[in-house]
Amino acid sequence: MKVGIVQFPGTNCEYDTQYAFEKLGAQTAILWHQETAIADDIDLVVIAGGFSYGDYLRSGAIASKSPIMKAVKAYAEAGKKVLGICNGFQVLTETHMLPGALNRNEHLHFISKHHHLKVVNNSNDFLCKFEKSDVVNIPIAHHDGNFFIDDAGLKGLYDNEQVLLQYCDKDGATSNPNGSVDSIAGICNKAKNVFGLMPHPERAMEDILGSTDGIKMLEGLM
Amino acid sequence: MSKPLENIDDVLSQHKLSQLEYANIKNILGREPNLVEIGIFSAMWSEHCSYKSSKKHLNGFPTKAPWVIQGPGENAGVIDIGDGYAAVFKMESHNHPSFIEPYQGAATGVGGIMRDIFTMGARPVASLNSLRFGNVTNDDKTSKHQRFLVRGVVEGIGGYGNCMGVPTIGGEISFDECYNGNILVNAFNLGIAKSDEIFYGKAEGIGNPVMYVGSKTGRDGLGGAVMSSDSFTEESKSLRPTVQVGDPFTEKLLLEACLELFKTDYVVGIQDMGAAGLTSSSFEMAGRSGSGMIMHLDKVPAREEEMTPYDFMLSESQERMLICARKGSEQAIIDIFEKWDLDAAVIGEVTDTGNMELFWHGEKCAEVPVDPVSEEAPILDRPTSRPAYLDGIAETTINDFAKVSNQEAFETMISSMEVVDKSWVYDQYDSMVQTNTIKKGGQLDASVIRVKENGKALAMSSDCNVRFCYIDPKGGAAAAVIEAGRNVAMSGARPLAITDCLNYGNPENPEVMWQFAEGCLGIKEACLELNTPVIGGNVSLYNETNGVSVFPTPSIATVGVNDDQNKVLLSNFQKAGNDLYLVGNTASEFGGSLYLKEVCGTVEGTLPAIDYKKELALWELVIEANKKGLLSCAKDLSSGGAVIALAKMAATSGLGCDVVINEISDSRDIFAESMSRAIIEVAPENADTFKAMLGELACEKIGTVGGNDLKINDVEMSLTDLDKVYFGQFKKVIEQDL
Repeated sequence: MKVGIVQFPGTNCEYDTQYAFEKLGAQTAILWHQETAIADDIDLVVIAGGFSYGDYLRSGAIASKSPIMKAVKAYAEAGKKVLGICNGFQVLTETHMLPGALNRNEHLHFISKHHHLKVVNNSNDFLCKFEKSDVVNIPIAHHDGNFFIDDAGLKGLYDNEQVLLQYCDKDGATSNPNGSVDSIAGICNKAKNVFGLMPHPERAMEDILGSTDGIKMLEGLM
Repeated sequence: MSKPLENIDDVLSQHKLSQLEYANIKNILGREPNLVEIGIFSAMWSEHCSYKSSKKHLNGFPTKAPWVIQGPGENAGVIDIGDGYAAVFKMESHNHPSFIEPYQGAATGVGGIMRDIFTMGARPVASLNSLRFGNVTNDDKTSKHQRFLVRGVVEGIGGYGNCMGVPTIGGEISFDECYNGNILVNAFNLGIAKSDEIFYGKAEGIGNPVMYVGSKTGRDGLGGAVMSSDSFTEESKSLRPTVQVGDPFTEKLLLEACLELFKTDYVVGIQDMGAAGLTSSSFEMAGRSGSGMIMHLDKVPAREEEMTPYDFMLSESQERMLICARKGSEQAIIDIFEKWDLDAAVIGEVTDTGNMELFWHGEKCAEVPVDPVSEEAPILDRPTSRPAYLDGIAETTINDFAKVSNQEAFETMISSMEVVDKSWVYDQYDSMVQTNTIKKGGQLDASVIRVKENGKALAMSSDCNVRFCYIDPKGGAAAAVIEAGRNVAMSGARPLAITDCLNYGNPENPEVMWQFAEGCLGIKEACLELNTPVIGGNVSLYNETNGVSVFPTPSIATVGVNDDQNKVLLSNFQKAGNDLYLVGNTASEFGGSLYLKEVCGTVEGTLPAIDYKKELALWELVIEANKKGLLSCAKDLSSGGAVIALAKMAATSGLGCDVVINEISDSRDIFAESMSRAIIEVAPENADTFKAMLGELACEKIGTVGGNDLKINDVEMSLTDLDKVYFGQFKKVIEQDL
């Protein structure tokens, strides 16, 4: 198993992601934003968190025009798996590999804390190791995590079991930290090979850091 | 070179140089200086760069220990943390810029301290900040402005740190009227490097190229160092152009490019361009090596046209570094920086003349001998006198005030902005990036990260009880060192060294200068007694507005090592049924206490007694008992005494406690602030082993963890009510204008 982790100028979670996957026994490679192809031996591409190109424009907007994203798009179209975490999720919506958009948090603040999430659908690789309605605890850290999609799009997400995770409290009741439509924290594409979420599973891999709930998510893709 | 200056008196006053200093300049140069040279001397001899008022008192700080790799004098201090790794850390102020423009002032403060760390070859892994604001709770213009400043500073710190991918893991925030006109923003950063791969700010090897890397130079921050070396008046708002504008994205690129460069052997020396920009970096690098230097200022990458040599030397544009490289490696270095979309240019070379020679399109525009500027800056022996206010406040005790019930006192104190939870602040900082954070802001006392490289943990805490410093400038400064060390020790880590950020008022006021001198004595004494040397720091003077100086505020950040990252001791209740012990002696000591401030409305009294032997015994007890796995949690007692400590432990854990403290002489002593004390939680099965380790330390079993209420002697509150005020108050106050 080899995981390719995309590095834009301004990406800052690439080494955390590398550390997490290597802890689970995967091989990893850092993919520079100027590269134009994804090597054949890469089994999963992860677009890690951070501030690609500074995100001085809309988050992820400049990254979506980068050479590597053309390659990632072709890679996904060939049916291979792509995971976008935080800024990676924003990049995936900006490239239209995932539907919807991520607006500025409703309260306009950056927000960083452990947050509970509810598993909505498990009919996909990313959450296949969970039961529906499982509650997990995963850190969030974002300024633009307010997921938006129109009503028709939202219906499509539910109909196709594309909603992955919703923000909730420790008992599974709705708790929305950023104003996202239906408290949605993560989704996948229709083909269920492209996944995006705002929370950081790579930060929930060890007890001493407060949670190990990220392990089963990453393992699902391995 | 250019002609002598007309209107020399105006020029000197604009540059805040005295006639005496002007005479000295002429003496050093052997001629009249031109404008560029005036600018250079003005920046280098500013209080901010030269430490001219403070130097005399900083001499004699303990700076050595077997684990100290680099003490003061470099960009940051370095300590050995074992297994071939080192921690590089420093704290610095950005007070004046943050008051003028809170977002950018605070942001560039964070950017500046991070450059100090990575210029040493270390990757920054943790930030703390120590913030002091004025009164935010009133319904007047001042409080409203202070709330605006809080929001701006917090956003600025988050905006920069988050983008850098460096976790901000804690710090402290407090409020007092003395900061109404002059807030304090002190930023701390710590990085990790291999101990044999530390880089220094030196420029040596005749003919080696001097290279400029990073952002282009603009006119922002022109004269910032000089601005920071003056008091505030009503006109200070017009100083906004002297505040730099931060670009964390560029700094992130600069960080990655530098770390890539450090893996090569191309670098002889490197220094960031902070205050006084190209001037201070070039003079300091040449000065440390006894070299001379030639720089062609027209080769410096510029952001705008028609900039002059003066602008290039004095600009404080951010995100720039000066490198002395090995001859022949120029192109390889340029390639690395171009990969990261950054400018890199050869702008000069090292010489043996001992002079800084500056050229503009081939023509010499300034020549200044390096040593007299960087090493022989004026040292002032400013007059000191014991402040008049100290007479008469020492005698004040709580018995001078009407007695209130403990319950009423508690309800007043628990809602104090100093006490309540500040997650409104900490949640705006990415505290978990880099996946090392074990204990962070809001979890009480020290913050802790693990070190992936060697399996250890680093604990760090920044502290200063400013009321203590006001009533006793020397003892208060010592108490800051003691408290920061105690916080670190209570997490199970051994305190190893400190960095300081000494914020004081106007040094031209003999009473302020006395406070400063006393503060330095206090730090010296405490660092010596506790064996935590000073490995770097910063002095910020002129924290005064319209003649009102801030309380003496020597912020101290202590760093310690815990040998096992799996044995980090937390500060809040862990398990219902566990026993609670109060270790240390409680006396009726209320000088400078939260009780006197919040309940009696005054900052007076005598400082609680300092006993280094007891302090060290407490540290030793917790460190050793924790190694044996005997402790469930430990929390130091500070502001608000035992009651406030227990209330915080309960609120943050969601567990109540049932406590009776008997070893007191007055019922109010449950709020007393005697030093060298801690609350320690121990599981019943470990009690005997724990008690056997106490030695001569006083210890009282005061109760147990559990239940849905906080019960301490005659104080009681349900956890639900406690939660409401503890977690709700801060946001309610700070966001009331939105």
